[in-house]
Amino acid sequence: MDKAKTTVAHQNAIISIKGLKKSFDDNEVLRGIDLDLYPGENLVVLGRSGTGKSVLIKIISGLLRPDEGEVKVFGKDMTCITEDELQEIRIRIGFSFQNSALYDSMTVRKNLEFPLVRNKKKLSRKEVDTAVETALDAVGLLKAINQMPSELSGGQRKRIGIARTLILNPEVMLYDEPTAGLDPITSIEINNLINEVQERYKTSSIIITHDLTCAKMTGNRIAMLLDGKFERQGSFEEVFNTDDERVKPFYDYNFIK
Amino acid sequence: MSASDSTITVKSGSSFKKWLANSFIAIYNVYKFIARFFKEVFFPPYEFKEVIKQCFDVGVRSFTLITVTGFIVGVIFTKQSRPSLAEFGATSWLPSLVSIAILRALASLVTALIAAGKVGSSIGAELGSMRVTEQIDAMEVSGTKPFKYLVCTRIIATTITLPLLATYTAFVALLGGYLNVAQGEGTSFTTFMQNAFEPITFIDFWATLVKSLIFGFTIGVVGCYQGYNSSRGTEGVGKAANAAVVTAMFLVFIEEVIIVQIFSWLR
Repeated sequence: MDKAKTTVAHQNAIISIKGLKKSFDDNEVLRGIDLDLYPGENLVVLGRSGTGKSVLIKIISGLLRPDEGEVKVFGKDMTCITEDELQEIRIRIGFSFQNSALYDSMTVRKNLEFPLVRNKKKLSRKEVDTAVETALDAVGLLKAINQMPSELSGGQRKRIGIARTLILNPEVMLYDEPTAGLDPITSIEINNLINEVQERYKTSSIIITHDLTCAKMTGNRIAMLLDGKFERQGSFEEVFNTDDERVKPFYDYNFIK
Repeated sequence: MSASDSTITVKSGSSFKKWLANSFIAIYNVYKFIARFFKEVFFPPYEFKEVIKQCFDVGVRSFTLITVTGFIVGVIFTKQSRPSLAEFGATSWLPSLVSIAILRALASLVTALIAAGKVGSSIGAELGSMRVTEQIDAMEVSGTKPFKYLVCTRIIATTITLPLLATYTAFVALLGGYLNVAQGEGTSFTTFMQNAFEPITFIDFWATLVKSLIFGFTIGVVGCYQGYNSSRGTEGVGKAANAAVVTAMFLVFIEEVIIVQIFSWLR
């Protein structure tokens, strides 16, 4: 499947970040980031390992607190938010972890049921079963419903991880290195799945990666994180049409020149 | 917020100052952890099914070891006490001596130490592993309150289960003591039990019950705290499991001294 051709209307941003800073001890990871995510777009955040890409989406999902700056998600400022408001926002955001983070003591079915039955308590048994089957069907892994996570391959685990987030019908998807550790063919399948999810569930996404194939296949817009700031933003071609020595090796390595 | 972001640490300054500051901060972080437990445990949603599952796990994990250890403690204590009493021709006091030692101190202490080793380490490793593999973060971002599901349930389970296990340990240890007394002195089971329970007062039962509750709570809190706040990496999981055992055992001994003192005043 080709890259999603969603037309991105630059109306009100779903996620709006201004002057975001985050340090760990003496290591200043994010040095004043500005970023907006608009409805319906797939925004790819590119950058080298350790540049704070994952930190960025953990701040957006409320797993980490920023040191400085403003992070607005669905119009709510994440720096001054109540626990209940944070819960409400989290249900509207799907987070796909780098290592899938499946609950290894539960079957695939229980993994998907776990967030659903805790967030939507009025659902009947039949509705829960239908929701689980629909989410698994969306990622093409209905047959794995009774398997344990340890019985699944890396690609299957990624898909189940995505299905687990889809079960709550999120408006925003955050993908942390969706193709890390996967072979090229499985990576392409995951890239296609990201585009399918965007079309089927009408989600907006932030995709954290250093895989340029993933960036090219899935991204409507690319933001390149360099030295703790977004130095380059635009289409894939706009970002890499440069002589910047910090950017060129990235492209050359991914598409071996 | 994730544990890594909400707990406080100090990384600079001289080594003694750093140690002192980190000690106070650790105490503060534990206090916050316990306060969060009491804040969340009384409000819905209640994870009854998970509490029952954890109670079952705690009981099953320790059952065999407690049976064997309790029995051996009863036999050995009786055997070692006999020569001293025999010197004064007072071997008929063996049942009383054994029951006082077991019910007042040994049953709850032995149970707590075994549970600290078996259950505390298991909780520390399990939660530590979930933290390292981002399973706890995954629960948090999906709005499922992992503290309630993982921590509250385990602390409740250890607190409820320890008194039951201590009662069972006391029974098995008394049985061990009886077999030894029956073999040495030919005392009948009825006579042994009559003599054994003669010096035991109501407050002795309460002391054992209260001690076991506190030990269970301590083991649960320490195991969960270490696991839930474990640092990243497999090394962190090992450290969490180890710290859960060592800290829980240390605290159990300190609590034993304090509670014994308090109940001595009450007697």
